[in-house]
Amino acid sequence: MDSIILQILNGLDKGSAYALIALGLTLIFGTLGVVNFAHGALFMIGAFCAVTLQRILNFSYETIDETKKDFLGNPLKVETPYVESWFGPEMGAGIIEWSVPLAILFCIPVMIAVGFAMERGLIKFFYKRTHADQILVTFGLAIVLQEIIKFYYGANPIPTPAPDALDGVINMGAIIGMDITYPIWRVVYFCFAAVIILGIFAFLQFTTFGMVVRAGMADRETVGILGINIDRRFTIMFGIAAAVAGLAGVMYTPINPPNYHMGMDFLVLSFVVVVVGGMGSLPGAVLAGFILGILESFASTAWATSLLPGINQVIIYLVAIIILLTRPRGLMGRKGVMEE
Amino acid sequence: MLGLNKQDTSLFLIVVAMTVLAPFFLNPFPSESSLALFNAGYPDLMQRFVIFGIFAIGFNILFGLTGYLSFGHAAFLGVGSYAAVWIFKLFTYNVIPAIVFSVIVAGAFALFIGYISLRRSGIYFSILTLAFAQMSFALAYSVLSNPNFNLTNGETGLQVYGDDLQIFHRENLPDFPHLFGLSMRANYELEIGSWLFNFSAGYYICAIIMIAAFYLAVRIFRSPFGTMLRAVKSNQTRMYYTGLNARPYTLAAFVVSGMYAGLAGGLMAAVDPLAGAERMQWTASGEVVLMTILGGTGTLIGPILGAGFIKYFENIFSKINDTILHGWFAFLPEGLENLMVAIVHPFIGKGWHLTLGILFMLVIIFLPGGLVEGGQRILNLLRRRNGQKSDADKSAQSTPAE
Amino acid sequence: MSKQNLTRRGLLKTSAVAGAGLAVPTIFTAQSAAAYMNEPTGSTVTLGFNVPQTGPYADEGADELLAQQLAVEHINGEGDGGCLNTFTSKALQGNGILGKKVDFVTGDTQTKSDIARASAKSMIEKDGVIMVNGGSSSGVAVAVQSLCQEAGIIFMAGLTHSNDTTGKDRKANGFRHFFNAYMSGAALAPVLQNVYGNERRAYHLTADYNWGWTQEESIVAYTEAIGWETVNTVKTPLASTDFSSYIAPVLNSGADVLVLNHYGGNMVNSLTNAIQFGLLDKEVNGQNFAIVVPLYSELMATGAGENIKGVYGSMNYNWQLDNEGSKTFVQSFGEKFGKPPSNSAQTCYAQVLLYADACERAGTFNPCGVVEALEGFEFDGLGNGPTLYRAEDHQCFKDVLVVRGAENPTSAYDTLEIVDITPRAQVEYVPNHPMFGGDEASLGTCNPGV
Repeated sequence: MDSIILQILNGLDKGSAYALIALGLTLIFGTLGVVNFAHGALFMIGAFCAVTLQRILNFSYETIDETKKDFLGNPLKVETPYVESWFGPEMGAGIIEWSVPLAILFCIPVMIAVGFAMERGLIKFFYKRTHADQILVTFGLAIVLQEIIKFYYGANPIPTPAPDALDGVINMGAIIGMDITYPIWRVVYFCFAAVIILGIFAFLQFTTFGMVVRAGMADRETVGILGINIDRRFTIMFGIAAAVAGLAGVMYTPINPPNYHMGMDFLVLSFVVVVVGGMGSLPGAVLAGFILGILESFASTAWATSLLPGINQVIIYLVAIIILLTRPRGLMGRKGVMEE
Repeated sequence: MLGLNKQDTSLFLIVVAMTVLAPFFLNPFPSESSLALFNAGYPDLMQRFVIFGIFAIGFNILFGLTGYLSFGHAAFLGVGSYAAVWIFKLFTYNVIPAIVFSVIVAGAFALFIGYISLRRSGIYFSILTLAFAQMSFALAYSVLSNPNFNLTNGETGLQVYGDDLQIFHRENLPDFPHLFGLSMRANYELEIGSWLFNFSAGYYICAIIMIAAFYLAVRIFRSPFGTMLRAVKSNQTRMYYTGLNARPYTLAAFVVSGMYAGLAGGLMAAVDPLAGAERMQWTASGEVVLMTILGGTGTLIGPILGAGFIKYFENIFSKINDTILHGWFAFLPEGLENLMVAIVHPFIGKGWHLTLGILFMLVIIFLPGGLVEGGQRILNLLRRRNGQKSDADKSAQSTPAE
Repeated sequence: MSKQNLTRRGLLKTSAVAGAGLAVPTIFTAQSAAAYMNEPTGSTVTLGFNVPQTGPYADEGADELLAQQLAVEHINGEGDGGCLNTFTSKALQGNGILGKKVDFVTGDTQTKSDIARASAKSMIEKDGVIMVNGGSSSGVAVAVQSLCQEAGIIFMAGLTHSNDTTGKDRKANGFRHFFNAYMSGAALAPVLQNVYGNERRAYHLTADYNWGWTQEESIVAYTEAIGWETVNTVKTPLASTDFSSYIAPVLNSGADVLVLNHYGGNMVNSLTNAIQFGLLDKEVNGQNFAIVVPLYSELMATGAGENIKGVYGSMNYNWQLDNEGSKTFVQSFGEKFGKPPSNSAQTCYAQVLLYADACERAGTFNPCGVVEALEGFEFDGLGNGPTLYRAEDHQCFKDVLVVRGAENPTSAYDTLEIVDITPRAQVEYVPNHPMFGGDEASLGTCNPGV
């Protein structure tokens, strides 16, 4: 029983990352009609916002410690971050420790700017082109973005731990009288994802802006004829989608140290998630994200792999095939979207 | 000629000339000049050009004609390679049975995947093919290479060992894939002045097969079958209303293009008898998509150009290192030299992906019709400069499908 | 603009006909004209450095490239000479190899066996290299090794830890300086016994491909020999990024040791996830939970950050090793590049020097001569202490390091500390050991490629 609950938690956690990326992809696809292969790269850039902030906070001056030697036998240069000398060692270390949560604030403006730049600078020229062209150009952009990151940060993963207060485990089962310990940060990640997802839905549902965007998603031409500047709103939606991907990336860094190709690792999976959910359907993307996350977790358990060797390798694709064959437009897709 | 119209004949002859003379024009620089680095006329790369040319031609039959974007074509290439290596292991190093078998196996595999995937269209079809290919890759990489049932030899790649069965192998035959005794690795070097040209048996065998494959593709493009496939692309619904079922046609196109991929895979194994699982990964499937679009989707010659372009980058640019850069800029004063090296450094060697990505974007942004469109524009420009009205015979060079 | 030493294949042949401007077809291939494949005929000899420059192991590849560059400098008599000063064989004079200046070309393996072979082939066919060095995975090493065997040049393997490289896939033209999974098991077991005792229950997570399996096999065999029980062995897909669903079952399995048979990004993530789940704070069967990472590398340690504290593993080499060769190499590498060398860098450096030295001692570049010179060669002074290149399987035998994540590192470079130096005798095995292909495994004969 414990292990089943644990795997459900794991699934929800993986699903959160899938859902957040898929949500952004669907927003872009639904509003702009663009298949964005660079979305994984946006997730990766978000993660590197956290790395960058960590580096900025760790900006140091060197002092020479004569008592210790470095690897060449010279006196060791000790680096003290400016933050520590400004705010005192304890406060400074505290700030550095909280660099990942702080990076949320840092990431939002950066990602919105990146999103705007991408949409205005590149994507807008591709509204009228074929999906294949869109895929290719955004794929090219994804390669360029990740190579730039690799150039500055290297290919090796960079550890970005969560603050001590949020590191470690929490007993989730205490309320129901069971012993289920689970990492705090993963719980945080899930809650964070839930808040973002609900926020996006509320925004689209309850604001005039959201209403116009939804109308535009349903019938772009008519909304344009009504004299509404739908383009500007779509640009903003692109920025929001980029920010969602970026936030998903920032919050993911303590779970696994980020590296430059993490975006590509998620890209294919999140496309599968979007399609399984149904192209253009926001609830579908979220639902499919969580379902695939949970199934992936269960397929990794010993009884699943002993039943079907290798099932953990292929589960997501197998489920995608089954769903697409039984439900032609994914879980919640609409007719006529992306079928030409 | 050969049942082709005038335009196609000249295009066909251009391709034949290109492949036959490739050893010359791919090695334009003397072999000790500092530009020799850019020479691509060595056997391995020339073989890769034509093999990936075949792969892309086949992919174009599906994507260019029907518009169905398969994201899992690498699976057929991989299956073809495995099939060929198994023939090497069990029967003989002669490439003919291996290639035939790889085409058959890939065709059967394509029939199975196509039959299922073609029940959907658009991106749903793409994801289905992607899913099948990724499953094949994952299984080949690990599960199918377990010691009890080692079909693929996983990470290391399937290869021929000395103690393999090889029933029909004889003493006097080369210990390498061969065509009735002519080793695929046999190479003839021709020196003219300070130029060095390679004539590789493996290359010419692959090249002849590519020319045949190209000819077949031209015939398919011009046949009623090809017209039917174009009809699928332009309006499938209308086809239904006229009482035609598109499925058998698309499935046939899918299988044919899968067999092309299998042929390419078989040839890859024939020139280098090792089949690695990575050639089935989604990135490999993506690569053939890139090749086709980069060269010019739906054009006859585009895919070959695209394949050449990408393989050239992968093999040439990745080998430039800082030492070579310093050599290039050695004529500059030292400060300037270092500056130039620092500027170029991010784009070469380990940064070749970056250059490739940038070039992709530029081509896609400015040349939506791919390299073929670029060629056409240049041609038109030249003609206009010669005072001719160029519209009359615009498509002689490229012959787009639509 | 022109630089002479880039590609000088056929320099002599060419200069003979240059100026005449005539078409002089040679009716034979280069191979049959020469005594062996890519026989250097000019004043230089070209080595091929085939390392991952893109993909997840790009940083490791970059480090290997630096080391190889340094080795070439030292062989050519530039720089401080490095380990030429400490190497017990004094054949190298610092004037290149056999009087020819050493030159190199580089290529990108992308850590894929197909691509690595393509890159190596281009070096052999186009640049006329006489030896290929480097690499960062066992799949690549085995694939390129068999290519070099067929082509008739020497292959030195770089970082490859699978038993198969010098086991069932051993080749006469290939040598490996790196240690292997078996040696990791043999070196780690006694240390683990000392630290954790005999009453342990181990749970293995293993990367689901060839290298992972051979390592799991070795570690299981050795830990069971010291009385540990193997609770479970679970295979994880290579493409996994999140290991939570593999870690969670460990919590209730009754195991008190987790062995991570993972490398690179897999290891960084699985270890990070294991620490997240609080495994190291747990107490099972009255003992503190422990994690073991049998194969460590500096880059993995950097990537996993604080999480490696107190985690045991093994290494081929560490810059903190205190012997003359090691100190000289660290000095030389550190002065030039501003950081200490990684263990894969040291491997590639040593291999280049050993190859050069073998040519010098053999008096030829002929691969068969080189093989003969390297087989059974014993030496010291390249950083690993006394070392033997065994003739039977071309595996290198030397002391193996057992390391542990340091509790209080002073800088980014001493995050790992050496716990024990396992003597060579303890990690030796018979060449026809069942884990190494048994009696069937054979080197074949050396191939000069003609």
